[in-house]
Amino acid sequence: MRWRAVAPLTVAAALCTSCGNSARASPSQSAVSGTITVFAASSLTAAYTAIGKDFEKAHPGSTIKLSFGGSSTLVAQIQQGAIGDIFASADQPNMQKAVDAGLVAESPSIFAHNRLEIVVAAGNPKRITGLSNLANSGLIVVLCAPAVPCGRYAAQALQKAGVTVTAASQETDVKAVVSKVALGEADAGIVYVTDVKAAGAGVQGVEIPLSLNVVADYPVAILKDSQNVPLAEAFVSYLLGAGQPTLARYGFTGP
Amino acid sequence: MALPVHKPTRVRPAAPVALLVLAAVGAAFFVVPLIGLVLRTPWAGTWDQLRSPEVLTALRLSLLASFSATAMALVFGVPLAWTFARLTFPGRAVLRAVTVLPMVLPPVVGGVALLLAFGRRGLLGGWLATTFGIHLPFTTTGAIIAETFVAMPFLVITVEAGLRSMDTRFEDAARTLGASRWTVLRRVTLPLVRPSLVAGAVLCWARALGEFGATITFAGNFPGRTQTMPLAVYLALETNPDAAIGLSLVLLAVSLAVLIGLRDRWLGAS
Repeated sequence: MRWRAVAPLTVAAALCTSCGNSARASPSQSAVSGTITVFAASSLTAAYTAIGKDFEKAHPGSTIKLSFGGSSTLVAQIQQGAIGDIFASADQPNMQKAVDAGLVAESPSIFAHNRLEIVVAAGNPKRITGLSNLANSGLIVVLCAPAVPCGRYAAQALQKAGVTVTAASQETDVKAVVSKVALGEADAGIVYVTDVKAAGAGVQGVEIPLSLNVVADYPVAILKDSQNVPLAEAFVSYLLGAGQPTLARYGFTGP
Repeated sequence: MALPVHKPTRVRPAAPVALLVLAAVGAAFFVVPLIGLVLRTPWAGTWDQLRSPEVLTALRLSLLASFSATAMALVFGVPLAWTFARLTFPGRAVLRAVTVLPMVLPPVVGGVALLLAFGRRGLLGGWLATTFGIHLPFTTTGAIIAETFVAMPFLVITVEAGLRSMDTRFEDAARTLGASRWTVLRRVTLPLVRPSLVAGAVLCWARALGEFGATITFAGNFPGRTQTMPLAVYLALETNPDAAIGLSLVLLAVSLAVLIGLRDRWLGAS
């Protein structure tokens, strides 16, 4: 199945989420089998684990192996010869690195978006209502480091809001920001909507209005060294189609 | 690391070939990654990075934190090692196991444990904050605590081994000659285990210098305050892998210089 064949399927599934079966009825269903390895960004851990199981159920005889890590770490691993079939990145620059290094078979497609949210302790004890509250010197705020995508996005959102925040720490990844808030060390942080959802009952999210928010694109691509292209293509089309409701359940928005 | 060896005469051992082959493989295991790092280093860029204020700040903080952690480990770890080596008390085995636990614990778990102890909502953290106004997370002191937690066990077990293998008759003799317990410790015991003390302190310092997981978890990452070299390397890897290789090499060179320097100075090794 080529990309042109995938597109109408995606539209069909997007138009009517209840008839996700249309994607499962694709002709590739019976054809694909075997195993593929998917390198996916850490923020996709919960969603991809669920989608992988759904896909395996819909396509008996196929196995989806998942390997999660920071997007930049994954690019480095693939570059150093890690064998896999699909790469799903949490941002465009890291996918671009993979494209530039000639690791990708075809041009990547966006399968999901993520937005930012303020993460606070459950019950919002500090009564934080928006980005402007984060400038309050009495609050301990942690952000991602500017070098990692979530830090870059948070800086953009704060700039849009015209707010200057003195972070107590610039964490190396988004999960560390969430855990600092969940453990009570920090009062607030800026993370992805999906991370707040994944963190459970200890924390809650304070929405950032769309006008100040930053939307992160999640691109996926089949790798040049894929040993099972039919199965890889089937999985990508599943991501773009029948897998969308699952992604939405974990807080992602559709492409 | 050389431990005290009491050998009256030096006999050159005949080396079995198989042993030498295995030793060569063992050495290659450490040498090859080092060569890989050196070969991949963009030398021209490295010199400029080395002089950048960010790197100097991280390097200065790394040296400060690792030496402070070693000092803390000496102050608290040597008495602990002595206690384990010389006293018998119920629960000693368990306490000893708990003390060396950070050696096997994933450092990130250690960091979480430290937060649960000294964090804002931790067992002692709230009391420390209200009574003394001490806040450890996100501070340089926090980074030192994290490094001490992970590195001190290396000192404790090395010094304990030294104390156990030492000939205690020297201590007995000193005591029968009228020396107080404190004098015996200061003038007899500690000088006799000096090689173990130095070896333990160097191991402890090296482990503290490379510490990443507990530091990032407990103290966070902020340039000039808690961003040590390993944290700077990790973040550089995200954006600029070449810079990360350069930074790693700087860290490596500093460690190697200190390790070789200390060995020649205090252990008298050739």
